[in-house]
Amino acid sequence: MQLTGAQALIKSLEMERTEVVFGVPGGAILPVYDPILDSPIRHVLVRHEQGAGHMAEGYAHVTGRPGVCMATSGPGATNLVTALCDAYMDSVPVVAITGQVSRPVIGTDAFQEGDTVGITRSVTKHNDLVMRPEDIALAVRQAFLLATTGRPGPVLLDLPKDVLQASAEWYWPTDSEVAASLPGYKPTTKGHPRMVREAVRLMTASRRPVIYAGGGILKARATEALRKLAELTGAPVVTTLMARGAFPDSHRQCLGMPGMHGNYAAIMALQEADLIIALGARFDDRVTGKVSTFAPNAKVVHVDIDPAELGKIRRPDVPIVGDARLVIEELVRVLGASGEAEPDLSQWWSVIDGWRERFPLYYEAQVAGEQLKPQAVIEAIRDASPAETTLVSGVGQHQMWASQYWRFEQPYTWVNSGGLGTMGFAVPAAIGAKVGRPDRTVWAIDGDGCFQMTAQELVTASAERIPVKVAILNNAYLGMVRQWQEMFYEERYSEVYLSPDLPDYVKWAEAMGCAAFRVENPADVAPVIDKANSIDDRPVVIDFRTDSREKVFPMVPAGASNSDVIVHPGLRPGGERVVQ
Amino acid sequence: MSSFVTTGNPWVSGSGRARHQTISVIVENRAGVLARVSALFARRGFNIISLAVAPTDDDAFSRITIVVDLEQTSVEQLTKQLFKLVNVVKITEMTPGEAIERELALVSVRCAPPGGPGPSRGEVGELVRIFGGSVVDVGHEALTVMLAGQPAMLDDFEELLRPYGIIEIQRTGRVALPKLERPSARRSGARG
Repeated sequence: MQLTGAQALIKSLEMERTEVVFGVPGGAILPVYDPILDSPIRHVLVRHEQGAGHMAEGYAHVTGRPGVCMATSGPGATNLVTALCDAYMDSVPVVAITGQVSRPVIGTDAFQEGDTVGITRSVTKHNDLVMRPEDIALAVRQAFLLATTGRPGPVLLDLPKDVLQASAEWYWPTDSEVAASLPGYKPTTKGHPRMVREAVRLMTASRRPVIYAGGGILKARATEALRKLAELTGAPVVTTLMARGAFPDSHRQCLGMPGMHGNYAAIMALQEADLIIALGARFDDRVTGKVSTFAPNAKVVHVDIDPAELGKIRRPDVPIVGDARLVIEELVRVLGASGEAEPDLSQWWSVIDGWRERFPLYYEAQVAGEQLKPQAVIEAIRDASPAETTLVSGVGQHQMWASQYWRFEQPYTWVNSGGLGTMGFAVPAAIGAKVGRPDRTVWAIDGDGCFQMTAQELVTASAERIPVKVAILNNAYLGMVRQWQEMFYEERYSEVYLSPDLPDYVKWAEAMGCAAFRVENPADVAPVIDKANSIDDRPVVIDFRTDSREKVFPMVPAGASNSDVIVHPGLRPGGERVVQ
Repeated sequence: MSSFVTTGNPWVSGSGRARHQTISVIVENRAGVLARVSALFARRGFNIISLAVAPTDDDAFSRITIVVDLEQTSVEQLTKQLFKLVNVVKITEMTPGEAIERELALVSVRCAPPGGPGPSRGEVGELVRIFGGSVVDVGHEALTVMLAGQPAMLDDFEELLRPYGIIEIQRTGRVALPKLERPSARRSGARG
């Protein structure tokens, strides 16, 4: 059977069980947009390619399957770069397809030519310029395999227009042919038995262990295994920003998020631990603070599928390369079979419980008639929304509050941009998350600064009938930068003021086909959220006017030791603590 | 590793760079692979001392021989990052004591024709003979000579030619293979 390259591409995507492609057509990718008409694959026409990339990420986050995005050559491809970099940093499986100018004019500065493979080389797990139509099927199979196995990540295929137009005999390569075509790609999934035994030995000897669960737990579908390990060891669990939901917040052993804006108990437990069991986590600087003073007395067991993470920041005492789920299951098995008595952690827990008691998450209570407390808005949405609501956030103060004040009970209900910190992530990622799990309510917690970066994708959501809900915590500022300027630049506010009503978010949202509301009075918060939850035929945007003076606490200043964490002034000795 | 940081035999320490390491990387022989490898060095701030690329006996693969400065680079982190590249198939790390390393230099050097002023062809030719090199091109007032050998030997050769007036020099960067295992050739006593 002869197929054009474009037909082969669409057929290959179908063979890989692609349900949806997020994209925008253009000159070089044009041939692909004809066979897509006849395909069962849904195409979501975005308004900007960055949106397509973040939608693919949101889809991948909630489904565990690779998100697919498509763009044309040149500017189409360069607009994808931010999303690819985001997916690379957060190990999100994404397959990006870009058109390229025809083979004879590559390198001649042709119209809309860009060196896409060169530009995206450092922000993809792998990429390829496919130069023959007969290679397309293999390239697609490779892309899906690479995106989803080992440490997941984005893979880009660049397809010259004449390759898409030329015909070739259709052939779908076998698994072994795909494996043989990637001689250098053999991820290690099973942990080394000796290292596993050594890890168990440290775990049974530890009196102050902490399980440091990272995003790899979710990528490896290891949440059940993690729960077993936690309950078998009795150790406290901290869940990083990328791992919120990997272990239920309501579980007694869950200390919440560690790091710069983490829960005090989570920060200090890591800091005072004698053993850190790092599972699919990478000792990010936002978690460790100043590395040389991080957890000074802790031995480290580090489990990661990416060998380059082991020893990159902190030298592990026991490095284990492998898939988090398989390794944790082995740890549980060996630990269970060891016959060792469970170590007595009661002393450790009494220290931890003391931290939890003295330094809970805290903000000053909402006062009637005053500006909204952003934390209270998040709690109100949390309390009014169905269990398993997917929460998506942008980047900044609202992201930290969302992570802190939401209660994550289920995996794959939290979508955010952790590593790259991409403002504008929330709206498109929420749309992708809703497409991936239409059965779940999707709330985006966004900032006013973030919202303005990608809001136009709400046009996409309206046109495609993707009913996401967006809560703008509108404090009229680039709030996180404002917080730093307040705390570290003597309140010299520079280029952070945005205005609460320019643009008029309600009019703007309505113009994009959304239902839109403004909330200024604390009494209106709950009723308007209920109204938003009852709307299911179009996107909803709520402009919550929040207090710009609110800061995110706790806070470890950049470059400081985690031991120097700053807690909310209301929790400090002598500070007035308002009991809610 | 300590065995090669020695002043006893200057030809082993190599190019005045006391602590270097050779990394031999087998990659798929495809367009763009060298760019991936070199981009990784640039991205992580690793400096390359020398680099040589050529196909292996199997046309599907190439060998990239990279020499890095151990003062600047964590070789462990470097090789782990390299191995993440999908087109990288195999990596061998070699300290000079563990490797047979060779390099080739072509040098155009000034010398006077017979009877002319200054050093003669004969003097340059003599030096080339001592080092076991060869003369590969002859001009009126210059010779191009070639020497293949251990990198440190090439350094010495270059140094000794310099007073004659080097017009141009091209060195290949080193290529290396691991030493063959023999019971007598232990790491510490080995000389590449």
